[in-house]
Amino acid sequence: MDLSALALSMKLAGLTTAVLVVLGLPLASWLATTRFRGRFLVEAVVALPLVLPPTVLGFYLLVGLGPRTAPGGLFQAVLGHPFPFSFAGLLVASVLYSLPFAVQPFAGALAGVDRRYVEASHTLGVSRLGTFFKVTLPLAWPGVLAGAVLTFAHTLGEFGVVLMVGGNIPGQTRTMSIAIFDHVEALEYGAAHRTAGLLLLVSFAVLALVYGLQGLRGGRLLSWTGR
Amino acid sequence: MKPRRARACPNAPLLAGLAALVAVLLPTPAPAQGAAPRRISVAAAASVRPALEELARAFEAARPGVEVAISTGASGALFAQIQNGAPFDLFLSADREYPARIVEAGLAAPADERVYAHGKLVAWLPAGSPLDLERRGLAALADPAVRRIAIANPAVAPFGRATERALEAAGVLAAVKGKLVLGTSVGQAAQFATTGAADVAFLPLSLAAGEGNPLAGGRIVPVPEPLYPKLEQSGVVLARAREPALARDLLSFVTGAQGREILLRHGHGLP
Repeated sequence: MDLSALALSMKLAGLTTAVLVVLGLPLASWLATTRFRGRFLVEAVVALPLVLPPTVLGFYLLVGLGPRTAPGGLFQAVLGHPFPFSFAGLLVASVLYSLPFAVQPFAGALAGVDRRYVEASHTLGVSRLGTFFKVTLPLAWPGVLAGAVLTFAHTLGEFGVVLMVGGNIPGQTRTMSIAIFDHVEALEYGAAHRTAGLLLLVSFAVLALVYGLQGLRGGRLLSWTGR
Repeated sequence: MKPRRARACPNAPLLAGLAALVAVLLPTPAPAQGAAPRRISVAAAASVRPALEELARAFEAARPGVEVAISTGASGALFAQIQNGAPFDLFLSADREYPARIVEAGLAAPADERVYAHGKLVAWLPAGSPLDLERRGLAALADPAVRRIAIANPAVAPFGRATERALEAAGVLAAVKGKLVLGTSVGQAAQFATTGAADVAFLPLSLAAGEGNPLAGGRIVPVPEPLYPKLEQSGVVLARAREPALARDLLSFVTGAQGREILLRHGHGLP
């Protein structure tokens, strides 16, 4: 059974989600409130991974962060190993690949918060950061949770980028989706069935859990429709 | 005027959950020192996989506390990964060319390269296929009844190149060029044929003769040896190996008496 692949996929999805909540919220907050005229350009860049095939991202990451490039050399100096074929490399790739799945729902939810509550908070002397955490975020949280769940689910199902920059190394870069590909290539259809079934069950359980929790709270989770 | 904290913050569980997630996941689970097995990472051509899995088990049994991790693919794809810094200890190629280029690039010492097997090219046909390769030879592939021929991608797979050479030598390459479908490795070429997507696949005997895989039960027709160049397969211990001694040990095991017996049983030729 591919339990190490399952653990690796869960770890990658969990960390990608955590990184994107931390990095994505400020970016989404800026996108939701800025009057900057070039905002559409930033939005287009954020949405790029939705359009580009994973091979393009994987190729650019290999070319741009390979051991023979300056950024790749920096990566190696900091982490002690080259970017490709490492878990840290996968994490960087996954964060980029899942960026729109976090930032778009985040921004939609934050933009949907009634300005009057935010302004009332400001009027009462609460700092901008305090207002964000105590007023805006609580009001926008279903959308934020939706973004986090989408990011998690999307990373769990990631294949092309992982295949290109990961290199199918057991325990390090062989995620569930790669393990299934590997089994099929090795004509181990029985093992492929078991792993695919496991991924199906885990994915269903994650989504059912979230929808169930949402149902208990009477909220609607994945029903965001942009802004 | 301090804002009151008592207001239930609905996103608190989310944030707490994420924090817990980060706390659990962040310390990269470095295998606990001491009890952890010594791990050796092998990149191997897809054609060697069935034999290598048995070789690895035998090696692990003979060296307690050692764990062999196997990554397989087309030799050329693995070669590209090694060039880009993939952390493998040992590379078992389906030819001699890629290991030679690794030595040339300074990624391995010349003394660490050794031929371990010879590859044998065969055509694999699903049971009941009317194609008479046995009597008519490769010329039968030109029949309109043959619609798709699965081969490994010649750009990265030595067996794909050997297949092209054989088709050329048999004088049918031009006639069948439009029927060729390229698998990323011999593994995918085999998959095309076992699922019925292709009428015939050109595979290493070591894969086609596998027991207990979907290829079992098909017909195997050897490609006559003069039609394709001799497929010497060599292994090489990489200079960057984290376990160089263990990697040399494994390569010696593969080329040793027990290794040769296993390779032979899986349809490899021996040097």
